[in-house]
Amino acid sequence: MSEVLINTSPQASQGPDLAEKPKRFSAKSDSAYWIVLYGVTGLFALVLVAFLLSIIGSSIPAWRSSGLKLIFGTTWDPNNDVFGALPLIAGTVESTLIALFLAIPIGLGTALAIVHMIPRRFRVFFSSLVELLAAVPSVVYGLWGLLVVAPWFQVTVQPALEKATGNHWPFSGQEEGVSLLLAGFILFVMVLPLVVALSRDVIAVVPNDQVEGALSLGASQWQVLRKVVLPGARTGIIGAITLATARALGETVAVAMVIGGNPLFPHSTFSTAATLASTIALEFAEATPAQVAALGALAVILMAMTAFVNWVGRRMVQRAAIRAGGK
Amino acid sequence: MTVEAIQELPPDPILERRELVQRTAAQTLGRRTLMSKFMVALCGLALIAALIPLVAVIISLLQKGLTWWSVNFFTQVPAIPSITDPNNVGGVANAIVGSAVIVAVASLFAIPIGVIAGILLADSDSRFANIMRAVAEIMTGLPSILLGIFAYEMIVVGFDNYGIHLPGMGFSGLAGSFALAVLMVPIIMKAAETALRGVPGTIKEAGLALGARKSVVARKVIIPGALPGLLTAVLLSFARAVGETAPLLWVIGASDVVTWNPKNEMAAMPLQIFQWALNSPYPSQRDAAWGLALFLVVAVLIINLAARLIAARLQKERR
Repeated sequence: MSEVLINTSPQASQGPDLAEKPKRFSAKSDSAYWIVLYGVTGLFALVLVAFLLSIIGSSIPAWRSSGLKLIFGTTWDPNNDVFGALPLIAGTVESTLIALFLAIPIGLGTALAIVHMIPRRFRVFFSSLVELLAAVPSVVYGLWGLLVVAPWFQVTVQPALEKATGNHWPFSGQEEGVSLLLAGFILFVMVLPLVVALSRDVIAVVPNDQVEGALSLGASQWQVLRKVVLPGARTGIIGAITLATARALGETVAVAMVIGGNPLFPHSTFSTAATLASTIALEFAEATPAQVAALGALAVILMAMTAFVNWVGRRMVQRAAIRAGGK
Repeated sequence: MTVEAIQELPPDPILERRELVQRTAAQTLGRRTLMSKFMVALCGLALIAALIPLVAVIISLLQKGLTWWSVNFFTQVPAIPSITDPNNVGGVANAIVGSAVIVAVASLFAIPIGVIAGILLADSDSRFANIMRAVAEIMTGLPSILLGIFAYEMIVVGFDNYGIHLPGMGFSGLAGSFALAVLMVPIIMKAAETALRGVPGTIKEAGLALGARKSVVARKVIIPGALPGLLTAVLLSFARAVGETAPLLWVIGASDVVTWNPKNEMAAMPLQIFQWALNSPYPSQRDAAWGLALFLVVAVLIINLAARLIAARLQKERR
């Protein structure tokens, strides 16, 4: 940092204002600074207000004509102007749940393994691998899901699951590859790097004193992880899961590529389905004006769901932080 | 004290407890060790389970992508495969140029706005600054497809609805840039705040004590001091913007020609991958999506790596 000091201070003192006009040293002279900061940031705030208004505004005709049926209606049939989002909400929630069901245990186990079990030199390798995979664009995961995983699901995974469960719910129906299950799996692969990277960060900063203290009391390695490390990292882990949930709910193109785009209630995980975001993505470009409004309403519902998940996550983090602070 | 005297003393409750603890620890040792080994093995399995799909993505990309890489692939525009030449998919020059122009124009707006907003957040705890901080947090978690709707309403049709015909509206690269800029600003804003707060207060105060105005201190002291952090912020927002598909789906027009003018309809890499993979009737075009996907991933990873190297170097300097 000393370098910076040496580099900048001569420049600053050579500034023309300084030597010649010492009178400028007053609170008033800062007003230009604040005007620029508030002006530019305020401009962006206005853009965001416009953003909110345009999304809500575009949906108003749909709310007028369909009312609450938009949320609780069970049929999504744009050709006959029937717009009910419930099957899409179900698809969104179910694909997200499948993803979390896989991503939380596997992600946490991976993070624990990276921090506490594998040798140091592999740790850097795994960490950077995970971080780089978190940066891979979602369309690439969609491409992989559609062209590589879908055929594999159709030929191998789905028949195996059917065999194992005796063709019972939730593993029954047509084996088409593209399905709710595939969408959940691709979402799992997409949010996994996020869960691992974020929870690894918080697991790594649990104080070593506590870990060694528990070990010296005779706790086994798993007892240390379960009773010391995971509780110590609780707030961060909840935060990571919240982010992963929000990401899975709103993921658009990858899901649109692998879920089949079928706006019916999924009756099993093998069914093709649709999510809120994938429906907007697949239908918006060629939508009738009434449909555009209904898709705007889907956007409003999606925004509300994401906001709700974030709010719940924040509340849980706060509560966990209070509990941790009270100890 | 003799041995008999010790034995005649009343039994010590603390001693009893200690014995109990020792006994329990010894008795459960086997069970606890077994449980521990089992759970540790499960964590190891989780690591392997996590690596398999992630490595499979990389292998697929390399295996299927590299075969498409050629000079023609990067210099030509998409062609329609014919019966006589079913593998003639042309190239992706339109998408590469489109992505570059769209992200460049978006940065032109997003970088100054994001950095200036970051300066405000780093320097002020006013109500407005606090609200913007929370808003930036929310915006980075919002589904990006919402920005596609916004850009469509505002830039593609919005002005028409109000009877104002401005040049360059309609389906255009500009509409995509607008959506990506709105996406980038909160990312830059948040990261810039962190970087700017990292500049030691003593340097700022030294500048102020010399009589410099806040704007001068910001320009000549704080921004140069935080430059590596700001660069990292900008690069990370680049990496995110280049890979975004959803905001561009119906605003840039997806043209098949190379154009450098953002007022025209343009193509973009992620969009072209999406359309080739999902909508193309030609097997060769679906497969060629891998070639472009590999290029996109390499581009994103290089940008990310650069950001990380700068950040790592910064950390070293700070120490």
